[in-house]
Amino acid sequence: MEIPYTVAERPDTGLNNGKIGIWLFLASEVMLFGALFASYLMMRIGATEGTWPRGDSILNVPLATLNTVVLISSSVTMVMAWASLKRNDFGKFRLFQALTVLAGFGFLTIKYIEYSAKFHHGLLPSKNTFLAIYFTLTGLHGLHVIGGMAINAYLWGPGSKLWKTDPEHFTNRVENSGLFWHFVDLVWIFLFPILYLL
Amino acid sequence: MANHAEHDIDRQVRTYIVIFITLMALTFITVAISRLHLPVHLAVTLALVVASVKGGLVAGYFMHLISERKLIYWVLGFTVSCFIAVLLLPLWSHFDPIRN
Repeated sequence: MEIPYTVAERPDTGLNNGKIGIWLFLASEVMLFGALFASYLMMRIGATEGTWPRGDSILNVPLATLNTVVLISSSVTMVMAWASLKRNDFGKFRLFQALTVLAGFGFLTIKYIEYSAKFHHGLLPSKNTFLAIYFTLTGLHGLHVIGGMAINAYLWGPGSKLWKTDPEHFTNRVENSGLFWHFVDLVWIFLFPILYLL
Repeated sequence: MANHAEHDIDRQVRTYIVIFITLMALTFITVAISRLHLPVHLAVTLALVVASVKGGLVAGYFMHLISERKLIYWVLGFTVSCFIAVLLLPLWSHFDPIRN
């Protein structure tokens, strides 16, 4: 049985099923990260004066800034991949999609370097509350980067066969995976100043 | 018709590049603000304002929220109000005058 409304818009919502599905999923993600942000704020406000370390005294700000640049750049390559499909330029799509996946690898490599240095200096989640919430938030975000990379790599590789049979459906899939990838970027935009700079 | 659609995409691509440059500039502004060693409350406020502007640009242009259907706005509006409740409820208890 064929899944309905993968391309055509539903008359009641005005959207195709994929689009409404990804936005509902992102809404649940907002609540997941939102609850952790709220926990962070509570712990920070509730901490006794002088006991909460400044992020930049423990964490590596230049590496995190580089990671911000990498992730923002990957958001642009992602949206360019989608725009290439809209222009019927499949070759350019492959190029931009590959760059997006590579940027994801770059982000994780930098994160690995950062984590290694922390572990080497004995800065583990059990050390203090700040490090516990730092590893929880960045670890969860890292898992989302891995998830996004897996989807993008699939659409770059085996999943791209759909372009030949149903290009509009494929373009919608790329748009939806792009929405997830931009959300991952959006979360980092808030994590960066809150954890590293304050 | 096809030319019109392609022209639209070209315009969008130019917008994406402008947004990309703006996001990069705002990233370096965020780092510069942190170097000023402002009082915590001011630093947090400024950092959140800049992050919100950046987030708004990503959501508005890269995620196309600026031209999305009404239903999506309703879903997100409901989510944001729940998020604000999650944020405010513990703060309310923290500043409870009876507990203090």
